Amino acid sequence: MKHTLAVLVENKPGVLTHISGLISRRAFNIESIAAGYTEEPDTTRITIVVEGDEIEQEQVVNQLSKLVDVIKISDLTAVESIQRELALIKVKASVETRSDIINIVDIFRASIVDVNRETMVIELSGDETKIDALCQVLDDDHGIIEIARTGKIALSRGPIPAKDQ
Amino acid sequence: MIITGAEAIIESLKNENVDVVFGYPGGAVLTLYDALYTSNFRHILTKHEQGAVHAADGYARATGKVGVVIATSGPGATNLVTGIATAYMDSIPLVAITGQVSVPLIGRDSFQEADIRGITTPITKHNYLVKKVEDLPGALKEAFYIARTGRPGPVVVDIAKDVFAASIDYQYPTEVKLRGYRPIYEGNMETINQVFAELKLARKPLIFVGGGVNLSDSSEALREFVEQTGFPVISSLMGLGCIPFDHPQYLGMVGMHGTYAANVATTECDLLLGIGVRFDDRVTGLLSDFAPKAKIIHFDIDPAEINKNVLAHLRVIGDLKWSIPALLHRVNDVSEVLKEQVHSWTEQVVRWYQENPVTYPQEADLVMPQTVVEKISRLTQGDAVIVTDVGQHQMWTAQFYGFTNPRSFLTSGGLGTMGYGLPAALGAQCGLPDRAVILFVGDGGFMMNCQELAIAADYNFPVKVLILNNQTLGMVAQWQRMFYGGRYSHTNIKGHTDFVKLAEAMGVKGLRVTKPEELGTVLEEALATPGPVVVDIRTPEMVDVLPMVPAGARLDQMIMGG
Ligand SMILES: Cc1ncc(C[n+]2csc(CCOP(=O)(O)OP(=O)(O)O)c2C)c(N)n1
Repeated sequence: MKHTLAVLVENKPGVLTHISGLISRRAFNIESIAAGYTEEPDTTRITIVVEGDEIEQEQVVNQLSKLVDVIKISDLTAVESIQRELALIKVKASVETRSDIINIVDIFRASIVDVNRETMVIELSGDETKIDALCQVLDDDHGIIEIARTGKIALSRGPIPAKDQ
Repeated sequence: MIITGAEAIIESLKNENVDVVFGYPGGAVLTLYDALYTSNFRHILTKHEQGAVHAADGYARATGKVGVVIATSGPGATNLVTGIATAYMDSIPLVAITGQVSVPLIGRDSFQEADIRGITTPITKHNYLVKKVEDLPGALKEAFYIARTGRPGPVVVDIAKDVFAASIDYQYPTEVKLRGYRPIYEGNMETINQVFAELKLARKPLIFVGGGVNLSDSSEALREFVEQTGFPVISSLMGLGCIPFDHPQYLGMVGMHGTYAANVATTECDLLLGIGVRFDDRVTGLLSDFAPKAKIIHFDIDPAEINKNVLAHLRVIGDLKWSIPALLHRVNDVSEVLKEQVHSWTEQVVRWYQENPVTYPQEADLVMPQTVVEKISRLTQGDAVIVTDVGQHQMWTAQFYGFTNPRSFLTSGGLGTMGYGLPAALGAQCGLPDRAVILFVGDGGFMMNCQELAIAADYNFPVKVLILNNQTLGMVAQWQRMFYGGRYSHTNIKGHTDFVKLAEAMGVKGLRVTKPEELGTVLEEALATPGPVVVDIRTPEMVDVLPMVPAGARLDQMIMGG
């Protein structure tokens, strides 16, 4: 099973490598990892998606909690949360295929952020399956040149932030 | 007070009540050594940085204080790696201060540059790279605090060369504020009640003690708990000494080279109280069949230990200094009831223990290594600090020395580091100058850090080094004998080295034992000699450590011996 963990850490150099190193050293599998600033300048929020059963998941949390720079970990798997990923997709496009691509983009509520004679770049945010679906259609019908995805970030619903949970 | 970074380090060490550091100088720490020149701070100069870090580790294990080691950047720092990993695996409080190239040179593959933070990240509790002198006192304060609190462990403070020379208006912080580090000392009282309820239900309980009891100095409370419950007790390698070997409820060491009684009792028990243990694979054997009939209750200060290897039915997170007395408090009133309900079980397992002692074949004209350990045990009455290296002699020491006191057995349990013993013994002796410190070491492991013998003479550390010299890499040869059809690939180490002459060359008295009739007198002479002594004891080549549970087998599938 996949678990989404929100890990609040001290905003210091080396913390992200420390965390990803610890997870891989313990032979757990990282599906995705995304890091960025938070509402507090000295705190970084890392969203990690790990694959594993309950026991493995507990070990990941416990081992990560041991790191001195880890302030708080909350498991967003069980709580109601909003989960998003951002993708930039560069797709083959010609004058003839352009309008078909625009149609697809509209259906997915994605947006076109760059166009030239041979390619278009599409931006989409959403959950993983939605992005997968768009990529599938574009690749089958037009051919994808390049994809960049951020990995998942997540926030719980409701008024209580992860740091207070 | 305006001082240099180097002076600030010495001040900080004094503030932490550090009375000795082990180390080796070099370019990046020149300024620090220059400050040591006039400071009167006690510094032990070893012959190798690995010697320094193991010595600091031995010092920490024997005294319970934080061991401190200093090394220069690059090769100095990387020479610490084995010792840091050794301390990490056994949860030993250690602060390693390393020099780093100066800030403008960091990251350019400069002369003697190594990313020691990166290298030691997986083997430290925490580590620092100090690039600004203002950060130095805080980093040191935190380093000592982190090393000694919670589950102890090693911390590296890597300091850029220019930081040592920079000046600072020095003030040592009085408190540590770390948002992400809050060890749990007092756990949840409700769990204590739950444990208590389980104790009352148990008919075949077993107490399993580990290194955590030694580290938390809880053996006294633990003994009382053992006596109040009447439950039998087993120990891990790291737990030896917490319960005296001759305690009437004691069944000896469990695991690969454990006793019959300890291993079978583990397989048969219905409740296992793991106290300060981490269920290492050398203890559990085949994990899926470990204590198959038991509910397991795990006591540990580190929540990450729970369910790491063995699934616990109940977890008691917190300092053993809190949990054992808390439990004892409940148990006192029902002590007689508990003893009564487990009486026949305890009697049965103790009988197993008495009927299946760990023995070995006696050879009339050979000096058996086990006999050496037994003799030393009798001569010292369990009063010495016993240090070992890694190999067969380590297991024989565990099996045949009668440990009666906590913190009296220093050994590399988790990492199994050959070369650990000699420097660790010197460190222990440095910390406990009035205690007898005795090292059992193999001829292989002795050679791995034998250069440190010089330290024994230079500083007059009266360590007694007993080389159980079987002319082989004994433990590896045993596995080759048992599992590789006796193909002794590169384990015969018969050579031209004369350990007595080596000792003498280093300024240490050397003695030799080749016949059984010499053993008693030579050992007595060694113990009576005021300074350091090396005894080269010739033992037979093909002796096995038995009993043995082959790796990956069930604990009760033991190869017995004797
Ligand atoms: C640094 C290191 N290298 C290799 C080993 C593997 N090893 C474990 S025991 C052993 C043999 C030890 O031989 P010796 O020191 O003579 O002791 P004995 O087993 O004969 O008592 C070896 C090579 C180790 N534990 N540590």
